Amino acid sequence: MFAPSHFTAVLLFATFASVVFGITQRSTPKAMVRYGVYCWVLFVGVVIAASWLMWLVRR
Amino acid sequence: MASKVQVPAKTQTSSPGFAYSALIIGWLVPGAGHLLTGRWVRALLLFVSIAAMFWLGIAMQGKLYVPNTGDVLDILGFAGDFGNGLFYALGRMLGLGHIAVQTATADYGTKFIVVAGLLNFIAAVDAHNLRIGRKA
Repeated sequence: MFAPSHFTAVLLFATFASVVFGITQRSTPKAMVRYGVYCWVLFVGVVIAASWLMWLVRR
Repeated sequence: MASKVQVPAKTQTSSPGFAYSALIIGWLVPGAGHLLTGRWVRALLLFVSIAAMFWLGIAMQGKLYVPNTGDVLDILGFAGDFGNGLFYALGRMLGLGHIAVQTATADYGTKFIVVAGLLNFIAAVDAHNLRIGRKA
C-alpha cells in the first residue's frame, strides 16, 4: 500500500493536475508551461495558506 | 470584367476519418487522442499524469465506484471514475479498488481516481478540438 503524507499527496495531485491543465488550456508550449506552473503554485499555495489559517483558528 | 470571388477561410483542418475518433480513443486511453493528432509529447505527458494519478489512487486503496442510483455523491463518483476509460474497466475486471474507505489515505486515493477520470475527460475533449481544428 502506498501511504503518502497529506502534503506529499498534495504535491502529487498538484503536479499531475497542473500538467493536464497546462496542456489542455493553452495553445503554445511556452504558455502551457507558464499556466502549468501558475496552477501548481496556486494549488500548493492555497493549501499552505489554508493550513496556516486552520492552525490560527485552532489556537 | 472578372469579379473577385472570396473563398471563406478554412477554419478546420481536413482530417480523414471519423471526426470523434480522437475524443473516443482519448477517453479510452489517456493521451491517445493527442497521439492521433500527432502531438506525441503532449500525449506522453497526459498519459503519464493521468495514469500515475489513477494507479497511485488504486495503490492508496482508493474506492472504485460502481454504477449506482443511490446517493448523489456516489453517482458523481462513478461519473468521474468512468472518465478513466480502459483503466476503469481494467480495475473493475481485476477487482481493484476498495469498497469501503476506512483511512485518510484511502480517501485521498478515491479522490485521485475520480480526478484522474475528470482530467481525462478534459484531455479527450482537447484532443477532439485539435482533431477538428478548433485548437491549434
